[in-house]
Amino acid sequence: MIAELGLVALWLSAALAVLQMASGAMGLAGGDNARFAIYARPAAVVQAFLATLAFFLLLWAFAITDLSIKLVATNSHSAKPFIYKLTGTWGNHEGSMLLWVAVLALSGGLLAGLERRLPEKTMSATLGVQGFVALGFYAFLLLSSNPFERLPVPALEGSGLNPLLQDIGLAIHPPTLYVGYVGLSVAFSLCMGALITKQVTPDFAKVMRPWVLGAWVFLTFGITAGSYWAYYELGWGGWWFWDPVENASLMPWLAATALLHSVSVLAARDALRTWTIMLGVLAFSMSMLGTFLVRSGVLTSVHAFAVDPERGTFILILLGLYIGGALGVFALRAGSIAEGKRFTATSREGALVFNNVMLSAILAIVLLGTLYPLLTEAFDVRVSVGPPYFNPAGAIFAIPMFLVMAVGPLLRWKDDKPARIQFELAMLAAVVIAVCALVAILGDYSILSVLGLALAIGLGIAAFLPLRGRNLRRVPTATWGMVMAHFGVAVALFGMACETAFTSEKLAAVAPGGVEEVAGWTIELESVDPVAGPNWTAVEARIFASRDGGERIELNPQARNFWSPSQATSESALVTRWDGQLYAVIGDQAGVDANGNTRWQLRVWWKPFVTFIWYGGLLIAFGGVLSIVGRIRVDLKRRNAKALGDARREDMDALKGDSVSGGGPVPEPAE
Amino acid sequence: MKAKHQRMTLVVLALVAIIGAGLIATWALRSQANYFYLPEQMAAEPPAVGQAVRLGGMVQEGSIETQADGITVNFVVTGNGDSTIPVTYSGILPDLFVENSGVVAEGSLQADGTFLATNLLAKHDENYVPRELEGLEGHQAEDYAETVAQSTRGIE
Repeated sequence: MIAELGLVALWLSAALAVLQMASGAMGLAGGDNARFAIYARPAAVVQAFLATLAFFLLLWAFAITDLSIKLVATNSHSAKPFIYKLTGTWGNHEGSMLLWVAVLALSGGLLAGLERRLPEKTMSATLGVQGFVALGFYAFLLLSSNPFERLPVPALEGSGLNPLLQDIGLAIHPPTLYVGYVGLSVAFSLCMGALITKQVTPDFAKVMRPWVLGAWVFLTFGITAGSYWAYYELGWGGWWFWDPVENASLMPWLAATALLHSVSVLAARDALRTWTIMLGVLAFSMSMLGTFLVRSGVLTSVHAFAVDPERGTFILILLGLYIGGALGVFALRAGSIAEGKRFTATSREGALVFNNVMLSAILAIVLLGTLYPLLTEAFDVRVSVGPPYFNPAGAIFAIPMFLVMAVGPLLRWKDDKPARIQFELAMLAAVVIAVCALVAILGDYSILSVLGLALAIGLGIAAFLPLRGRNLRRVPTATWGMVMAHFGVAVALFGMACETAFTSEKLAAVAPGGVEEVAGWTIELESVDPVAGPNWTAVEARIFASRDGGERIELNPQARNFWSPSQATSESALVTRWDGQLYAVIGDQAGVDANGNTRWQLRVWWKPFVTFIWYGGLLIAFGGVLSIVGRIRVDLKRRNAKALGDARREDMDALKGDSVSGGGPVPEPAE
Repeated sequence: MKAKHQRMTLVVLALVAIIGAGLIATWALRSQANYFYLPEQMAAEPPAVGQAVRLGGMVQEGSIETQADGITVNFVVTGNGDSTIPVTYSGILPDLFVENSGVVAEGSLQADGTFLATNLLAKHDENYVPRELEGLEGHQAEDYAETVAQSTRGIE
């Protein structure tokens, strides 16, 4: 019953998407047809309810392990811990696409239900486009990846979930990324709506900004969580692998970061109109491309589900349809959008434009590096593209970007003289050069990590300079958001550079009782014992680590063997200190030592400040949240002021009786 | 007129940067074409000593040899031809690293002709084959296709 109900809810949602699309188009046509436009909003809201219901029904089916449903039977197991039964809902192709569609419908519903600031026509066009986008994904789900398909005969037992996915990381990482991807679809629809109705104005930018910010916060958080998950779960001690699927989440983030800054320029200064629209299209294209890369199975990576050309083709067609359509509308309408306000190169807009271009260039580097192996494969040449390509090629554009990022927020809008901030410039340059020199003298480190360290410290100081000479209690919340996010970039960069430059590693075959030393830590292997979990067995090491003769901390890394499906994983054990992390994994048996005791492979890293990478990511996301809160508070204040102004004007009118009212402009609080 | 001028400048600037990025990417990627080697390629045209490359092939039967220190492993990688490359690796072996199975070694060629691996990529699970090794695994290819066909489980 659950499955049928879910399927009905999905089909109804698809029908409502058609209604929303048609109604939006009618609203655009104007004239007599305009009266049909009223259906778009309710269609979007009801659709949001139905699609979310469908997702919860699937969640329920996984919770009770309904083995008559094919998806549950192939991806779940009755013996699995309850939390992983739930997260298993989106640990597979169909379930994750349903989650994607549910989030898409939900954000469409929110947009339709809450947004009242846009002109009616623009709103109609936006909802129409949103309905069109949603319809494509409903079609994909219903025609090629039905999550509610029944088995002819219920299975006796499910085949289980990949053990790597039986982790709390899976509960967080994919859903947050999806919310981010899908939030960009709203930004895309808004861009298209504004472009079709020629309403690319600061007001439109103010409507779009919270959506872009929200999507960007979720993307930032999702990427950060994914990086930490890979770090401790894969047992390799790496935090970024330039894996195509990691790139698939990084590319929308880069585009969204550029869009976020350009939409702020449009909102505050009415400049960069076409550029903002272009970035809106680009950001959503990257979300779609990410979905295509992950879902189509063109990548044989840890992330790919199953090789299924039909699904890949379907997403590719959707991608072509939306992006081709968007570029077509762009080509037709871009000429009719008037040039925005002008600015000089040495202004805040100038700096933002420069960094927008740098972000796009990094995006191009990552995109080409990700797609290149796929292209050469068509000619039967197998290539792997890894850090030796991405790191230096990305750095060529990232370094100038970080330099401008340090200075940009100090510049004034429209036009500024560099001489005005020469003290700050000189100080930052001195800091960067001094750190470079110091680190280069102290040791022999790679040039990128030295530069990264210097830039991180420079950026960390520069992030707070915009607050200099201001009354801290009167600084707008959104400005605090910017300061936090920029400081977060510095913190993350510091962590990356430190981890790359200063990590110490110890690898040894150790018998119980043996002692090893790494970077001031004493590691003692006490014993290695077999242990068992609900659906795995493992060997577990008891290790005592102490730093400089201090307190002994017990660590229990495991080498696990799951039996359904059969797979081995390595569970790392971590000790976190403020200045870094100790990371231990246990390997195989490695023969016997001189006394005939069994030895075990032990690998231990001391990674200085590695945690700063993720603290930085969290700070960036937190900055985004502050910014949203600040914007929404200003907006609410404005709405109140407007309501108050309207009420007062009505009172005045009433007092004046029939006489003509002045009705001057309502004062609006400053941005 | 001047307004038009500024817009043009912006467009040109953006184009220059993006095309620059494209050119850098193309140039760097072309040198990356030399990043992945099969044993026969490495024997015919060896990369420079110390250059970071990947070597992919099959682990020769009976060639895995653990050294006395318990963490250094020597093995031989074979390809489609007769060429073989000896590999030295210090570290914890991937869970599915076995003889007659595919492996991709990251590292560099040493002056003595051995390949010093810093990282080994083997299959993470029975469904995963390093992309470069698809089609190389001869007798295992069928098993692989079968596993994929009957299973939609995978990982995100």
